[in-house]
Amino acid sequence: MSVARPQDIVCKELVELLTDFLEQHLVWCPGCSEYLRQFRATIGATRKLAEEDLPEGVKENLLDAFRHWRHGS
Amino acid sequence: MPAAVSSGGSFQEPEGPPGAGSTLSAEDREVVERLRAGDERTFLATVEKNHRSMVRVAMGYVPSEAVAEEVVQEAWVGILQGLDKFEGRCPLRAWMFRILVNCAKMRGGREARSVPFSALETEDAEGERRPVESFRPPDDPRWPGHWAQGPERWTDERLADAQALVRIKAEIEKLPPNQRQVITLRDIEDWDSSEVCEALGISEANQRVLLHRARTKVRQALAGWAAEVAP
Repeated sequence: MSVARPQDIVCKELVELLTDFLEQHLVWCPGCSEYLRQFRATIGATRKLAEEDLPEGVKENLLDAFRHWRHGS
Repeated sequence: MPAAVSSGGSFQEPEGPPGAGSTLSAEDREVVERLRAGDERTFLATVEKNHRSMVRVAMGYVPSEAVAEEVVQEAWVGILQGLDKFEGRCPLRAWMFRILVNCAKMRGGREARSVPFSALETEDAEGERRPVESFRPPDDPRWPGHWAQGPERWTDERLADAQALVRIKAEIEKLPPNQRQVITLRDIEDWDSSEVCEALGISEANQRVLLHRARTKVRQALAGWAAEVAP
């Protein structure tokens, strides 16, 4: 049994259309352009959380564990 | 055949002679060697780089941040104890996070299977503004489903404000655990999607959905914040 897929297009065509479709839309749609810009800016800003300080005492505790592991085991 | 089981969890590497299947990057290999040699500076750098994300990931399985911190400490001990047997069949951090997830799941089971507190917090904190953006209804005569009110503009300089980061962090902490895990590893830690899927045991499609939802909520929170502080 085969499933009919009307108006199916091959992937190769779709990926070409995607950029076209997206960019055509963005050209005349300030709302989506701004949304996309903000979405990208959000991803960039989120990355800065990687630079946060560790809570007090964490490093000291773990360093103790590290020394213990090297000398104790 | 010796079983490569770390005493900190139930993680098992694929079996094989040590070193034979190693696909480690030169950087990972160096880190592993230094850690094995007891190099404290390398250890601290590894902690610095991974600890926060380990806590965020652990919070997906246990009821509080305090317990997550304990789980991560436990995981570090497991990582150290397993290090001599680590064969390098996957990147170092993928191996570390698998030990972490094992520890967290074990602990999560012991903690009476309670729902992580973050999953319950879907309400906005008092005073937080939601962005005013909205869409036209599906029966709009001219532009169904288009913007009724587009997103308010913000300038990227505004994101450089330390408060923006506080808001992002708060929003990520409010996310459902699985969304928080994915956005942590993808957007904070910059992992690629296949690594994330492997570490968390989820499908590519699922990973994409979780990431998209998480990013959407963080953007919305930022938009609300930008509107609050707008001049």
